[in-house]
Amino acid sequence: MSLMKRMSLIFRAKADRALDKAEDPRETLDYSYKRQLELLQKVRRGVADVATSRKRVELQVGQLQQQSDKLTQQAQKALSMNREDLAREALTRKSALTAQMTDLEAQRAQLQGEEEKLTLASQRLQAKVESFRTQKETIKAKYTAAEASTRINEAFSGISEEMGDVGLAVQRAEDKTAQMQARSGAIDELISSGALDDVSALNRGDDISRELDALSSTSDVESELAALKAGSSGGTAPQALEQGDSQPAAQAQPQVEAAPVGDVGREEGRP
Amino acid sequence: MIVRILGEGQWDVADAHIEALNALDARVETAVAEGDDDSFASSLEELLRAIRTAGQPLPDDSLMDSDLVLPPSDSTIEEVRALLGDEGLIPG
Repeated sequence: MSLMKRMSLIFRAKADRALDKAEDPRETLDYSYKRQLELLQKVRRGVADVATSRKRVELQVGQLQQQSDKLTQQAQKALSMNREDLAREALTRKSALTAQMTDLEAQRAQLQGEEEKLTLASQRLQAKVESFRTQKETIKAKYTAAEASTRINEAFSGISEEMGDVGLAVQRAEDKTAQMQARSGAIDELISSGALDDVSALNRGDDISRELDALSSTSDVESELAALKAGSSGGTAPQALEQGDSQPAAQAQPQVEAAPVGDVGREEGRP
Repeated sequence: MIVRILGEGQWDVADAHIEALNALDARVETAVAEGDDDSFASSLEELLRAIRTAGQPLPDDSLMDSDLVLPPSDSTIEEVRALLGDEGLIPG
């Protein structure tokens, strides 16, 4: 028998068994409706759970991106100090991070796919539950137990199949999310253990940046020393003194110019 | 004929298409029986695409049960075997 047919029979058998259990099929309607509302809650929780996992992965991608940017800067700085060995080390670490980020990005896309699927599933179920509720009230109002059974059968097997489908979708999403949570937990662990993070932790500083810092503080000391030496030798000292002199001179000049103007005025006003 | 693709929804497919769909379905079934993952993925995708193209989607609030049910597009052979073999796998 065809695969498609076998699967539909399995779903139908499940609905039939549930109906057979009830003495008055009308009772099944209320019971099923209650289960539908529960399932609706469950799907919505599922959507929220998947969204939480997705956000966590996004946060990790952001963290790794920051670290990767920092390694690029370190490589540039190292090159500018003629330390190709350090630059190479920084870029090697960056490429390991890039691989992690690619993996996380794939996870993020998959989680987003699950989130969208579950959102649609919850919308479909919501519409069907509403439709079922209307039919349920009509059936209960119009029919006796005996008359009701065919009508109930139709409404019930339709919703029951949908519930099986949605239940399966929630279960698959949960399974996938659990797998990814385990992996993103492992990445969190890597970050906090320092295997990834030690390279470029923002607060602690890493071996590459320690070495670069040491290099730049050495070069700072050297350049200050050079400036001091230059200052104590005869070469630049007079220049500095001249600059010091020229400033008061410049300020004094307007006073000198102003005086004659005043004098002229006074002279003009005197006669 | 009403066809459900699990995780996607239901389609109303005209009887004229059923023969072609059955041929595709047979390929999926063979792939499941032989455990051939590549052939399974490609034939399932082809079958689902044929249903989506040939069928009219049912409105969300429809309560019709399906004549045919198909596994989700991203399912594995193991999942299909479990769906067929172990009824407990279908919740609800």
